Amino acid sequence: MATGAPGATSAEAIGIGEVTETAKAILEGAFPPLWVKGEVSNLTRHRNGHWYFTLRDRVAQLACVVWARDARRIPAAPDEGMAVVAHGQLTVYPAYGRMQFQVDAIEAEGEGLWKKAFDETKARLERDGLTDPARKRPLPRFPRTVAVVTSPDGAALRDIVAVIERRHRGVSVLVVPAAVQGDTAPASLCAALDRVRRLVEAPATPGVPRPEVLIVGRGGGSREDLWAFNHEDVARAIAASPIPTISAVGHETDVTIADLVADLRAATPSVAAESAVPVLADLEAQLATLAGTMTDGLQDRIAVGAQELSRRAGTLAQRAQLLTERRRVRCDRVAARLAQLAPRVVERRRARVETLAASLEARSPLAVLTRGFAVARGLDGATLGRRAAFTPGMPFDLLLHDGRVRAAATSVHGDAPHLRTDA
Amino acid sequence: MTFEQTLARLEQIAVALDREDLPLEEALKLFEEGIARLREATAALADAEGKVRTLIEQADGVFEVRE
Repeated sequence: MATGAPGATSAEAIGIGEVTETAKAILEGAFPPLWVKGEVSNLTRHRNGHWYFTLRDRVAQLACVVWARDARRIPAAPDEGMAVVAHGQLTVYPAYGRMQFQVDAIEAEGEGLWKKAFDETKARLERDGLTDPARKRPLPRFPRTVAVVTSPDGAALRDIVAVIERRHRGVSVLVVPAAVQGDTAPASLCAALDRVRRLVEAPATPGVPRPEVLIVGRGGGSREDLWAFNHEDVARAIAASPIPTISAVGHETDVTIADLVADLRAATPSVAAESAVPVLADLEAQLATLAGTMTDGLQDRIAVGAQELSRRAGTLAQRAQLLTERRRVRCDRVAARLAQLAPRVVERRRARVETLAASLEARSPLAVLTRGFAVARGLDGATLGRRAAFTPGMPFDLLLHDGRVRAAATSVHGDAPHLRTDA
Repeated sequence: MTFEQTLARLEQIAVALDREDLPLEEALKLFEEGIARLREATAALADAEGKVRTLIEQADGVFEVRE
């Protein structure tokens, strides 16, 4: 070293701080920010948020630090042995007198770190059951108000509003503004989601509609642009929604952590709006169909009733006829039998009368007369059967079997010895 | 009754009216109810006018909307 330069002689020795500061300035001047590749080892995460690790290859190693503010932007800490490229500033850390690489970005090969971060967050949410398909709620079929958590200036909101207006002019959109990209996006999304939760859970505010379904999302962008929707806090805020949620982030191919916890994942914001809101014309058609079904149903019931009625009436008439017929046959039979019986009965009666007449004749007291007896009769025709009926000198008739003899009683006696049976 | 409930009831009535063993008396009663519900549902579809508004939360936590 040339004489006169600082530290050129023992007398001109300089302090450590000056050496390291000088080295730092030279190093930083010689190396603009650059990418360095190597394998990660001994990574430690300090509780203040800084990361420390070593990048190495077969022949050398480089001490690295990631300050907390930069670490937040790196999706995940790299694994031990992971091959990465790190971007940063080569510098000297005076306190340790050591060269170190101040890293502000790390990329693993391919999807490396993003995938790792995604998987780690997903695993934590799964552990808490937040991605369980059984948690997924059905969307309301007929929402009156749809809350949309997104950027108020984004294409996503425009698409959603256009689709909803086209499908159902009666459905309102409640925009809940949030930043959807950049460092503030996760906190902003969480705040908006929480706002919706409180609005829904609070007593109704006059003039403020209560949404029945929530769309959260944004239009397409780079992986970094969409990263807020992979944030664990955002996912948890979506999972905490008291109303069913639809995630709609980027395009068809972008799957985010938000998609895993939402009740429905829509490929795009437009699709989300289609899923949330029915087509008014379809509803009207559905009502018309229902009216038709009901009318047809009632008419069928009436037709069935009428058919049943006429069937029963027929049966009744048939039965009545059958009954009448049966009775008539029976009557005829009785009449025939009667007709058959009547002459015989008459005959029998007549025969009986004749028999009776004969018997009567046989028993007639007059018949006795033929056997030589006579009957005494008063002039008035009364039979004089007793002694007391006679008085001496009284005229009477004696009836004989062939005529009558007028007689007179000469005397009346109490005895008639030829009739006594007790003597 | 929400629109959803009304529609569900209407579907129920339509199915019931299609049942062959439904007594006519019952069918008439259901039909009458169905017509009333149809009117409600149609009116609900007709009178709504959707709006796009932005939710604002004031510092004291009170919500309001802006068109």
